[in-house]
Amino acid sequence: MERRDFVKKAALGVSAAIAGVHIVFADVMPKGYEPLLHQDPDPFKLFGKDKEMVVLNDKPWNIEAKAHLLDDKVTPNKYMFVRNNGLIPENIDVNSWTLTIDGESVKQKKIYTLSELKSKFKQYTYQLTLECGGNGRSEFDPPAKGNQWTVGAVSCAEWTGVRLRDVLEDAGIKDTAVYIGYHAADRHLSGDPDKEPISRGAPMRKALQDETLLAFKMNGEDIPLAHGYPLRLVAGGWPASVSGKWVNSISIRDKIHDGTKMTGTAYRVPCNPVAPGEKVKDEDMCIIESMPVKSLITYPKSGAIINKGKKLKIRGHAWAGELEVAKMEYSIDFGSTWMKCSVEKPANRLAWQHFSATVDFPKKGYYEVWARATDTRRGSQPMILPGWNPKGYLNNACHRIAVKVK
Amino acid sequence: MEKEEQFRYQAKIIYRLMVIVFSMVGLVTVTGIYLITDPTLSVFKKTTPESLYILTEEDEERIENGIHLRTGLIEAEGLMEVVNNCTNCHSSKLVIQNRMNKERWIATIRWMQETQNLWDLGGNEDIIVSYLVTNYPPGKKGRREILTNIEWYDLQE
Repeated sequence: MERRDFVKKAALGVSAAIAGVHIVFADVMPKGYEPLLHQDPDPFKLFGKDKEMVVLNDKPWNIEAKAHLLDDKVTPNKYMFVRNNGLIPENIDVNSWTLTIDGESVKQKKIYTLSELKSKFKQYTYQLTLECGGNGRSEFDPPAKGNQWTVGAVSCAEWTGVRLRDVLEDAGIKDTAVYIGYHAADRHLSGDPDKEPISRGAPMRKALQDETLLAFKMNGEDIPLAHGYPLRLVAGGWPASVSGKWVNSISIRDKIHDGTKMTGTAYRVPCNPVAPGEKVKDEDMCIIESMPVKSLITYPKSGAIINKGKKLKIRGHAWAGELEVAKMEYSIDFGSTWMKCSVEKPANRLAWQHFSATVDFPKKGYYEVWARATDTRRGSQPMILPGWNPKGYLNNACHRIAVKVK
Repeated sequence: MEKEEQFRYQAKIIYRLMVIVFSMVGLVTVTGIYLITDPTLSVFKKTTPESLYILTEEDEERIENGIHLRTGLIEAEGLMEVVNNCTNCHSSKLVIQNRMNKERWIATIRWMQETQNLWDLGGNEDIIVSYLVTNYPPGKKGRREILTNIEWYDLQE
């Protein structure tokens, strides 16, 4: 037994003794296993999340915000949703971390260290909207399988990194290139080392966009562990699963990437509309690309009571996948009439836009303030649920808050 | 000779004294350590030994108000089959969040068997599916639900 192990075990025994707990078989406990007593089971502390965040799942970690928590123009870590498919990698060594560029359509397979990536390529900073493809899933009827996200699986943080395009071009892209697929260091839930929890990607036209980054900073600091430290993809406006975390390799493929959660029904919707609950064959499911237009009222928090005669200031954010939000409206009569909100230009392409309005209520009573965004191609949010799909993706129905005037 | 005997006699006295001193120190230490770990002397009281074994299995499987505390699952027929087969890879929270009918639960089990290394559930499959559809049945939500659980507050500006 090494001295350190001995000290560890002795400490374990002592702490157990102090706590008045006898740990059976303390000396045969597997290495690396810490008993419940010693773990920090508090995800809020573990990931630096605000106490009001909602834990949907703790293995794997899936945590979402509430609408009023997303009031900041740039989302801080404490209010950023976590969507994990596997287990967070352990013992990350930034000095030995490498990124491999390979695949059928790479001219020359290349391996970069983190410091090479940072020094060799120009760095860019963008605010980028990341929304989980399944945000809003909880509203679908019949219910869809998976984490039951309500409204809070969306964020817009400031990401700093190098352009994926610059790195891919440095390795060389063959004319046959169709898609990129990422591989990452997270581990499969079953513990099977041959399985990847998730390995998705994007077509070359998305991979080569200015704003598609290999990021190593979020809001000016190292990316938090739960969000992909030390290196992740950020592809704003597309399902956030395209933005792979803990990325250690990217393959330039000569076909649509066929990694885990690229095939079957994952992150796909029926190519043609279906009736609620209808069965859809795998071959009739199409990969989600740009996310649809959507908005969120982040102030005030739902449930506000105000006095008659008082005007209510509302504000929030709107985003439209690859597009921009052209118009923002609100209604206090369930869509009978719509009033305009003022909406700001995005900080950069693919950043969410901020809207605000001052609402006047004609008389006392119960109201709902509904918000509706319209994109530059005149697509706008439905008030009821959009087309049902087997996995419950792309719910961009209008957000609303309850208000009482007394 | 006399001096030698006297020396032996003195050595014996010192040896005996040492034994007494060391035994007393030993006794005080043992009692002290015991008192630190068990200040209420609970071992000598007529209590169940459970209080000393907080982390034992029986305790982890405790059920309160019809809820299995460790997993949050509803206590009903099939609970332990679900706990033992469905919470190894993922959290029970994933099960509790979802609402599916029999057909879709079975399809989900098949998907986990084909892609996620879930084993053959054998005779437990019927028990598990029946537990899930009975205790977590899908409810009607329609095209849009009304707002519920609104926490009203006076908005100060």
